Amino acid sequence: MTTLFTILFDGVAYGMLLFVLACGLAVTLGLMNFVNLAHGAFAMAGGYICAVLVNNSGWPFFVALPLAFIASAAIGVVLERTLYRHLYARSHLDQVLFSIGLVFMSVAAVDYIMGSSRVFIKLPAALEGQFDFFGVGIGRYRLMIIVICGLLTVALQLILARTRFGSRLRAAVDDPRAAIGLGINVPQVFAFTFALGCGLAGLGGALSAEILGLDPYFPLKFMIYFLIVVTVGGSSSITGPFLASLLLGIGDVAGKYYVPKMGPFVIYTIMIVILIWRPNGLFGRTAAR
Amino acid sequence: MTTLPDVSTNAVASARWRPGEIVFWIVVVACGFLFPSRYLIMTDIVRLALFALSLDLILGYAGIVSLGHAAFFGVGAYSAGLLALHGIIGEPVVALVVAGFAAMVLGFFTSFLVIRGVDLTRLMVTLGIALLLEALAERFSNITGGTDGLQGIEMQPILGSFAFDIFGKTGFFYSLIVLFLLFLLARRIVHSPFGLSLRAIRNNPLRAAAIGIPVNRRLIAIYTVSAFYAGVAGALFTQTTALASLDVFSFERSADLMLMLVIGGTGYLYGGLIGAVVFKILQELFSTITPQYWLFWIGLVLVVIVLVGRARIHRWALWLPNLIIRQVAGRRAVVAVPESDAS
Repeated sequence: MTTLFTILFDGVAYGMLLFVLACGLAVTLGLMNFVNLAHGAFAMAGGYICAVLVNNSGWPFFVALPLAFIASAAIGVVLERTLYRHLYARSHLDQVLFSIGLVFMSVAAVDYIMGSSRVFIKLPAALEGQFDFFGVGIGRYRLMIIVICGLLTVALQLILARTRFGSRLRAAVDDPRAAIGLGINVPQVFAFTFALGCGLAGLGGALSAEILGLDPYFPLKFMIYFLIVVTVGGSSSITGPFLASLLLGIGDVAGKYYVPKMGPFVIYTIMIVILIWRPNGLFGRTAAR
Repeated sequence: MTTLPDVSTNAVASARWRPGEIVFWIVVVACGFLFPSRYLIMTDIVRLALFALSLDLILGYAGIVSLGHAAFFGVGAYSAGLLALHGIIGEPVVALVVAGFAAMVLGFFTSFLVIRGVDLTRLMVTLGIALLLEALAERFSNITGGTDGLQGIEMQPILGSFAFDIFGKTGFFYSLIVLFLLFLLARRIVHSPFGLSLRAIRNNPLRAAAIGIPVNRRLIAIYTVSAFYAGVAGALFTQTTALASLDVFSFERSADLMLMLVIGGTGYLYGGLIGAVVFKILQELFSTITPQYWLFWIGLVLVVIVLVGRARIHRWALWLPNLIIRQVAGRRAVVAVPESDAS
């Protein structure tokens, strides 16, 4: 019974992490209808920035985390303004090729700068180890992830539902032309959203170094996971991707625990079955138009 | 009268062999005799060309974007490897066809998943299938050899009389003949009424359905054929290198394949062949400059191609040949910009 709870706990932490990593993609892919396979590259950028700041410059972990967010968001907005912007209207094939190209470049560039081995971020002592909670082992680090990601999720939901920016974004997504007609600066909204998504990915990347492992092949290894979250979750709200990431996280951890030999087999099968059953995602209204 | 005769005359006219195509194949065969020290890399190009041809069939003609075409390549590769390793079918040509059929069966069954949904779902499903197979191959390492790959494959002579030599001469001509035969078949397919209906589907599935084309059945058919091609390409890989490892399923392989096809252009069959040559040359070039980081340059090429625009690049690349042809033949350019790409 306690193992079950531990698995559940680890799975939730994993899922929360996936959600923070992938929710930016939910916006670009689901809402802006841009197939961005390079999303993981932004996460990797955040992770490496955090690693360099903490390990080499001796910054405290909790100061480096927001910086990972800001730096990734900055990279994101620069790339959006210079490159991505031109591709919104292009075919999916073009977008796929372009973002695969970006992934390849980022993989090789990070390999060149940082080396190909896995990078660890030195954690503060307070986050290491685990404590017992009614017999269930709770990792401190994972607990922190759940707290941070939970807060972020609530904040995102509030931003989307309650703020002026949120309503602009929803309007721009529902019907860009009408939104422009109403005086909403749609490109600006998209650029800002893209930056926010990249920043979250960067933060997720920094947090995930401990759990998922950070090496130059990060964007390729986890690309499929991000895509699963978005396609399975749909994009009508952020609740869909959120539930999908929890499902994926728990499923993956449980799968690795109970049927370790099947490896990622379980996840891919579930994904294909869900996509066949509901091509627009479990909770989706229109995952892709 | 109706316009029907016009359509068929046009179709027949476009299916006729052009001088450029004949020159192309003569050049290819000549390469085989001119560069005897380069058989290994040329074999690699021929294999890639066949693989790219198979993707062109579905991407260029039917408009299906696939990110997991390596799945069929891998199935073909492992089938051929296992057949040879356990001595089930020793003769390479028969094994090649059987491996192709193995991939074809997989293609047939997965096609039902692929025809459902839109671009994004297709991307995910094709990618998922390739990853699934990779995971399976890793899981059943007692059959596939796991990360070590299949080892100790020994190929028997082709048709019992042409043994594979260490310089790869036999391998090269064997691959080339296979490529040429399958190319002829593909050429026949795309210029047939069936092929024309595929183009109609690519351009507008709804309208194609409205004029009575069974869209889904056609897509299943071409996807299955394409899987067969990819399987044969994979089998050629195993047979000419005596090797099959997990990376036959890798995502990079599917991505490289896309790059090849995009370099060459989709929807006119030669795109894959030309793309494979250019891709291999680029790869060699980059890996001599920066052995470890050639991936960066490949990525850069992709980004630049997309940003500049595929159609524009092809116009630039064809400017010189067209100029020469216009000067020499004094008529409309023979080499045309490939038909509009799949969207």
